[in-house]
Amino acid sequence: METITSSKGISRRELLKRCMVVGAGLAVGTGFVAGSTAAWAMETKHVAPREMATLIQMARDIYPHNHVADEYYAAAVKGFDSADSKDKIAAGVSALDAAAQGRGYADYLSVPWELERVEILRSMEQSSFFQTMRGNLITGLYNNKDVWPLFGYEGESYTKGGYINRGFDDITWI
Amino acid sequence: MSAKFDLNNDGVVVVIGSGAGGGVLSNELAQKGVKVVCLEAGGRHLPQDYQNDEWGSFGQISWLDARTTSGDWRVAKDFSGLPSWIVKAVGGSTVHWAGASLRFQEHEFKTQTVYGDVQGANLLDWPIGLSELEPYYDKAEKKLGVTRTNGIPGLPGNNNFKVFEAGAKKLGYKNVHTGRMAINSEPRDGRTSCQQVGFCFQGCKFGAKWSAAYTDIPQGEATGNLEVRTNAQALKIEHDKSGKVTGVLYADKDGNQQLQKARVVAVAGNSIESPRLLLNSATSMFPDGLANSSGQVGRNYMRHVTASVYATFDKPVRFWRGTTMAGIVTDEARHDPSRGFVGGYELETLALGLPFMAAFLNPGAWGREFTSALDSYENMAGMWIVGEDMPQETNRITLNHDVKDQFGLPAPNVHFDDHPNDIAMRNHAWKQGSDLYDAVGATRVFPTPPYPSTHNLGTNRMSAKARDGVVNKWGQTHDIPNLFVSDGSQFTTGAAENPTLTIVTLAIRQADYIAKEMAARTI
Repeated sequence: METITSSKGISRRELLKRCMVVGAGLAVGTGFVAGSTAAWAMETKHVAPREMATLIQMARDIYPHNHVADEYYAAAVKGFDSADSKDKIAAGVSALDAAAQGRGYADYLSVPWELERVEILRSMEQSSFFQTMRGNLITGLYNNKDVWPLFGYEGESYTKGGYINRGFDDITWI
Repeated sequence: MSAKFDLNNDGVVVVIGSGAGGGVLSNELAQKGVKVVCLEAGGRHLPQDYQNDEWGSFGQISWLDARTTSGDWRVAKDFSGLPSWIVKAVGGSTVHWAGASLRFQEHEFKTQTVYGDVQGANLLDWPIGLSELEPYYDKAEKKLGVTRTNGIPGLPGNNNFKVFEAGAKKLGYKNVHTGRMAINSEPRDGRTSCQQVGFCFQGCKFGAKWSAAYTDIPQGEATGNLEVRTNAQALKIEHDKSGKVTGVLYADKDGNQQLQKARVVAVAGNSIESPRLLLNSATSMFPDGLANSSGQVGRNYMRHVTASVYATFDKPVRFWRGTTMAGIVTDEARHDPSRGFVGGYELETLALGLPFMAAFLNPGAWGREFTSALDSYENMAGMWIVGEDMPQETNRITLNHDVKDQFGLPAPNVHFDDHPNDIAMRNHAWKQGSDLYDAVGATRVFPTPPYPSTHNLGTNRMSAKARDGVVNKWGQTHDIPNLFVSDGSQFTTGAAENPTLTIVTLAIRQADYIAKEMAARTI
């Protein structure tokens, strides 16, 4: 994944020193979001890193797959890091945080159970912020060729001569 | 050597569209020595350009011009700007089609007689029957190289078919096989056989599937009688004081307007664009649009009772491998009102890649109920339901004057409400499809809603009497003798079968008629 690097030439230990863990598996520092073990990091230019971390969590809560790592959700929402989206994202994350505060949490990232975060999302399902996020994730997440193997999907087959000699009829259990 | 005709050549037949209707008509006329200018709104994409990539291909070949939707069909909510999933390219939707090639059944030409009064349905018998079409079905099946006809063997069954076949047999279905497919099961016509690539909808990169893009179009061009103009969007059909059509105004690839004169015009832009063009061609002489004395232009829009059933199993299927739609159960295609609806439906195997499965399994859905289905993607099998829907006058294409296309013309609005018969049929088919997979151990089944329409039919329908429809039994408009309709918008009713074979059949037959009438100087 081009846009997401492994610790940008500094050591993972060094990177971890420069950030704080904000939720399950996510950490933020100045100008970047990272996995909490610093296995990956993503720079942000327009959207605040903590807001981006919130988007990553929200993406996972919308389309949760236990076997898909955070970096793929990060890649799916990276497109929102633009001057155009910046204000809309800030407003959307504020709304999420306000809903979490209404339930006694510091912010959306501090809500510990997925079930409760999903309740928050359901309450704002009709908002354009939610619908924009959800609509973009359909391609942002599932049209990422790096994600396909995680679901077993094999992608293009033409350059391999199709499946005529590669198992188009190899089912044995039926 | 493709021909080149002058814009002022008023001896040519202008065919608008180059798909199953227009592409075949263009070639058939050219073979008879008739001079043809075919205006194609899209570009020329050939197998080397096709992409084994669902969204990439979608962006490359789909018709994405401005359209709006209304009505109670779920497509209007889920895909409000995309009522149909058709192709804008040389070859039209034959680039994208799955290849299923079924003849209509005898009773499907006589639905008003056989089904009787169905409240709210605008049923009408076709002015032709199966026996009149049979010689032309023969020609169409030979042209397309349809498997299980003319001694051509069936395709081998892929994993998805094997699950489907086993379930169908357990359920007691008798007629299950790998389909009558316009996909070579052995090399034929200079094209290779199916390599089980699994991207039939994205254009066959091996050219094993019949498409007008690389068969009829180049064959017609080779006669020297056919000129195909690409990126040429028809805007308006012009007529003279006597009411005969005289030419077609179109925007060329640079956006400049050109007027191609014509002796005959044949409209084959699919069932949304064809009526739209007739409506956009209104003049003081024809204030409701061309060929619209019946008021039926744009009405009776049909899109088949479609839906899908996907199912997950405890072991892998890998249903994306191999031919997308080579599997069929025809037992439910009969007319049997004891099931609670008139008409019938086919069950056909279907697979989507992960990107499209995410978009189409349950549009708008999210959360674990949805994602746990995709977690089992590798263990999925799938089928498509295609059945006869009821023509309704109020299901129609109209001009939306509030939305303009890139040429400044009103965009088409597609209005569709399900008829109660459509809903009863879909529910029955969902149940049968679910039972089929349950019979072989499905762990979960997904009755999946319709996608944007691939089968768009009926908006310039064929009728014996001028007051009931737009064209006669030759596809010639009742009102204007030198104006024809050559695509699926001619269909009086939709039948249970995939429409392409019948569109091709009608085009071959229409070419005979046009050539004969031109020779006799009646047009």
